[in-house]
Formats: sequence, structure tokens, C-alpha cells
Amino acid sequence: MRKVSRLSRFNIASLALGLAFLYLPILILVLYSFNASRLVTVWGGWSLRWYHEFFNDRAMIEAAWMSLRVAVSSATIATLLGTLAAVALSRGERFRGRTLFSGMLYAPLVMPEVITGLSLLLLFVALNAERGFWTVTIAHTTLTMCFVAVVVQSRLGSLDRSLEEAAMDLGCDPVRAFVSVTLPLIAPAIVAGWMLAFTLSLDDLVIASFTTGPGSATLPIRIYSEVRLGVKPEINAICTLVIALIAVVIVIASLASKLSSSQGESAAPL
Amino acid sequence: MTDELPRTDTATSAAGRDPYPAAGQPLLRIEGVAKTFGTFRAVDGVSLDIKAGEFFALLGPSGCGKTTLLRMLAGFETPDEGRILLGGKDIAQALPHERPINMMFQNYALFPHLSVRDNIAFGLKRAGMARADIATRVAEMVALVKLEGLEKRRPDQLSGGQRQRVALARALARRPQLLLLDEPLAALDKKLRESTQGELMELQRRLGMTFIIVTHDQEEAMTMASRIGVMKAGKLAQVASPRELYEAPRSRWIAEFVGDINLFDGESKLRDGHRLVIGTRDAGALVVAEPREPIGTGRFAVAIRPEKVKLSRRGPVSEAGRETVINRLDGVIADICYLGGTTTYKVKLDTGGMLQASVANSARIDVDAYSLNQNVVAWFTPDDCVVLPS
Repeated sequence: MRKVSRLSRFNIASLALGLAFLYLPILILVLYSFNASRLVTVWGGWSLRWYHEFFNDRAMIEAAWMSLRVAVSSATIATLLGTLAAVALSRGERFRGRTLFSGMLYAPLVMPEVITGLSLLLLFVALNAERGFWTVTIAHTTLTMCFVAVVVQSRLGSLDRSLEEAAMDLGCDPVRAFVSVTLPLIAPAIVAGWMLAFTLSLDDLVIASFTTGPGSATLPIRIYSEVRLGVKPEINAICTLVIALIAVVIVIASLASKLSSSQGESAAPL
Repeated sequence: MTDELPRTDTATSAAGRDPYPAAGQPLLRIEGVAKTFGTFRAVDGVSLDIKAGEFFALLGPSGCGKTTLLRMLAGFETPDEGRILLGGKDIAQALPHERPINMMFQNYALFPHLSVRDNIAFGLKRAGMARADIATRVAEMVALVKLEGLEKRRPDQLSGGQRQRVALARALARRPQLLLLDEPLAALDKKLRESTQGELMELQRRLGMTFIIVTHDQEEAMTMASRIGVMKAGKLAQVASPRELYEAPRSRWIAEFVGDINLFDGESKLRDGHRLVIGTRDAGALVVAEPREPIGTGRFAVAIRPEKVKLSRRGPVSEAGRETVINRLDGVIADICYLGGTTTYKVKLDTGGMLQASVANSARIDVDAYSLNQNVVAWFTPDDCVVLPS
């Protein structure tokens, strides 16, 4: 008995240490975003001054707006393409080179971002495309599509094929069967995939800096270039807002995927 | 053992979408249907006629092609060869939703995101039925499978038996001309399975519908079906009533697949009126009744069901004035297997073979029960034997 409790005390300590290691820097950042002092490292009392400053910083607001637009549009395109890819790979007839295709789909998961960014830059230069909003969006779609495909495909894999057959047996053509049975069942995974793509796009610096053009910096690029000139407390405020946004999105995504898996196991009582 | 189920001719056509063909009329004709997966010939030239109102069972070991055949009837697979005629129309290439056939899936395949009511109404909505009619039909189906009060539940809030009923109600709701059931009771425990068997039979009789059930459980097939098609390696080995299948199997494989049986290999020796004498290695010369179709000469197997074998301590006592030709074999009890209702004895014959005898335990306190190593006489009449090509 004593042994168990001692072990659990040890566990609590290691858990606290691990969490501190992960979240202490973020906590300090959040705390200092409410700092009244101009100096980043000196506490000068509570204030919302830097939030005020941020909302009056046109360039920063523009970058944030740019990031949001890129994140929403690339996540939406990636979700569409990723879902289609997942459906094709898990539902389509077995064709030659299927394994190769699914392997190729997942390659961007492990590909260094520098390489993805550089190759896309070379592509856009070769195509003589004007770099800006659309090039970043396309690049982020490339990056995040595979994540969506992984999430949706794993959900599709756990779905019983006979559900679609039952729908067809009860009068649905194959398309209708997919829309009325499969789609509602994989919807949580699609939502989770979108959220994942959104956050990935929002905090990407490397690929965006390769593929963006003058006058269309995303928020991470903007923050990075500001920090190089010295950290202003305003950066803390911006980062706090981004953290809040991402936290909300991640919580929604995990709730959605939880809902998705609990619906799948029809054997488990609620 | 039921040979033929009594059928009612009152097809409930008044309430149905399509009037059912009258019972006994030909409904489904399968002509030389074959299906190959890669190099594996799953179904190999099956021809079969099903009459309206029949309860037909496809029985066979796993991998015999019975499920593939059923899936071809439902439209999930298309046959490579042959025709499937439903009411005279070839539906072999039709898509599942174009067929007036519904299927109950082995794992039920209930839609987890829909309530019981919406699951049952699913096919009716697709058929473009009016809202009020759907509500009426769903209520009717819910009552039919005794699920009142559970309409709003999701499938994951139901027990296995309740889910099975929802699946049945959903498949029946569209009033198909033909209902396919793929191992419908496999997921239920034994007691529930037995009571559900009875309910399914009762339902089929009441609705006057045609059922085709796929099962690997021969007891289930025997209990429920009016006719059984035994499949082996993609082919129909025998199509017969349960009684015929059990008492007059066409081949050695069927005899062994359906129920327990004693088999003795031998050669025909001589003919005596309607009797044949077959010399077997393990049980000596056996006198058997001549089969309906002449069998010629050559190698045969003599088959006797264990419950047809009688045991006694001193052999049969012939009734006064009547001489019956019987097969009398001496042996020693080698194994006893008590099964409650019956006891199966394994008798080591003096001629070398082993003979199984199943004896009903008709008395609670059985002073005549045999014990191990006891000398006994086993006997059976010529009519109890089946001669099979070896």
C-alpha cells in the first residue's frame, strides 16, 4: 500500500516537472503580455497596454488577417482534397501501385519543411507565378492535406463496409449511400482534420517564408522579423492571442474526434 | 423433425408495395451462376429454383461460396456467368438498390448515427413513401419485432438481441419479394438463438414471405428451413428437405457434414430380393435395403446414424413368428458420452471397427445403463442403412 502511494507521489512529481518544462515558458509569455513595463524582463504591474498597441499596429493586424485567410482557405482546400484522397485509397478498387500512392500521400508528413518550401518556391518561380496569398495557400494545402488524409482514412478504416452496403440494399445508389451514411459517420474526422490543417497553417513559418511575396507577410513571418530587431512586449500579446486561438481549435478538434470514435463503436454503451 | 413447414397462403399483399407471388409459384431461378475471385472459383455453376413462400437455407462450411451466392442475389457481387431470374426478369447485373430484395447482414450493419425508428424508416424514405405512411409502417414493424418503447434509442444503446430485431425490421420494412439473411443468429447466445429461430419461422409463415438464409449451423438450417441446399466448394451438393438430407444423403461428404454418422467401407457381394449384402472390413457383412436408384457393383460405404443403432445385452428378441433380417454386431463399450437427453456409446466391434450408438435416456434412474468394457450387442435393420458411393 505504502509502496503504491510512494510510486504515485513520484509520478506526480515527474508529471509536474514535465508539464512545467512544456508550459512554463508559455505561462511566462502570457503573464508578461499583461506587463505594463516597456522592458520585457521587468515586471511593472498589470496592463492591457500591449494588446491596445497591437490593435493599433496596422502592419501586424494585416499580417494576422493574412494568416487567418491563408489558414482558413488552405485548410478548406486541404480538407476537401485530403478527404477525397482518403476515400479513394480506402474505398476504391484495389489498383496497381495503390501502396505507392498512399506512401506518396504521406511523404510530406516526414519531409523536412525546408525541402517542401524550397521545391514549391522553385515551382512557383518556374511557373512565373506572382508570389503572395495564393502561393502560400497552395503551399500550405500541400503541407496539410496529408494530415487530413491520415485522420479521415483511419476513421474510414474503422467503419464497417457493410453499412454502405446496407444503405444500397435499402435503396441508395452508391453516391447516395456515401452521402447519407458514410459522410455523417466520418464528419467528426473531417472536422478534426480541418482544425489540424488550420493550426498547422497558422503557425507555419518556414514554408510561408519560402513561398510568400513582398507585402503579404503572414503573422509568423512578421513576428519573426520584429523579434530580430528586439522583442517588444507587443509580441507577447500577439502570441498570447495566437495561443488562445490554437487552444480553442485543438479542444474542438479533440472533442470532435472523441465524438467520432464513440459513434463508431456501436457495441459500447454510452 | 419437421419435413415441410405448414404454410399459409394468405400473402399480405394488401399492405405491401408489390403483391407477393402466391405461395408455391416460382419466384427465383438461379441458372449456372459462377463467380471467380482471382484464381479462386467461389461459386461454380450453381442452379437453383426457389418458390414463393419458401424458407430456404444455404448450408455449408466456411469458404464454400454460400455467402458469395447470397451477395450475388443482393447485388453486391455480379456473377461472371449465369443468370439470376426474379419473377422471370434477369437481375444478375442490376445494382442492389434496383432489386426488390432486402438483406439482413450478419453484423446487422445498423446505422450508428440513426435511431431505431430512423434505421427502420431509412429504406422507406428512399422509396419515396409519404411521411404518414412511413410512420404507420415503422410502427407496424416495431410491433412486429416487439421493440415498442425503444424507437428513439441509438443502436449502441441496445442489446445484441434487440439490435438483431432492428436489423430484421429494417430489412422487412420495404416488404421485399425476397429476404436474404446472412448468418442472422450467429451473434446471439444459444438460448436466445433458439427462441429467435422460432420467432423467425413464425414471422415468415405469417408474412408469407420468401426467406433465404445462409448458415454454417446445420441444426439451425434443419430447424428453420423447409428446404436446404448444401454447398461444397462452390457447388450445390444436394438440395432437399431436412428429413431427406438427414435420412437420405446423396454422398458420403453430406452424410458426414450433416449430423453424426457411422460409415463402413465395403464391396457389394450379393443381392437377395430387395436386400443387398455388403462386405465391410470393419463391421463384417451388412445387410442393407436396396436403394431407390440401382447402384451396380463396386465399392460402397454403408452409413448408419447413431440413433438408429440399438444396443442390448443379449441381442434383439425376434417377435413371435416374424423373422427380420437384421445386422447384429458384437462388441465392447469403449467410450461413454453423457449428453443429458441422450447418451452416446462408442462400441468397439469384435470385427475391428468402431460403432457409435446414441441412446435416449428415457428413464431418470436407468438401471440398464451400460458401463465401460461391458459386452454388448449392437443391431440395426437393413432399412436404417444408407448405401453411398465410396
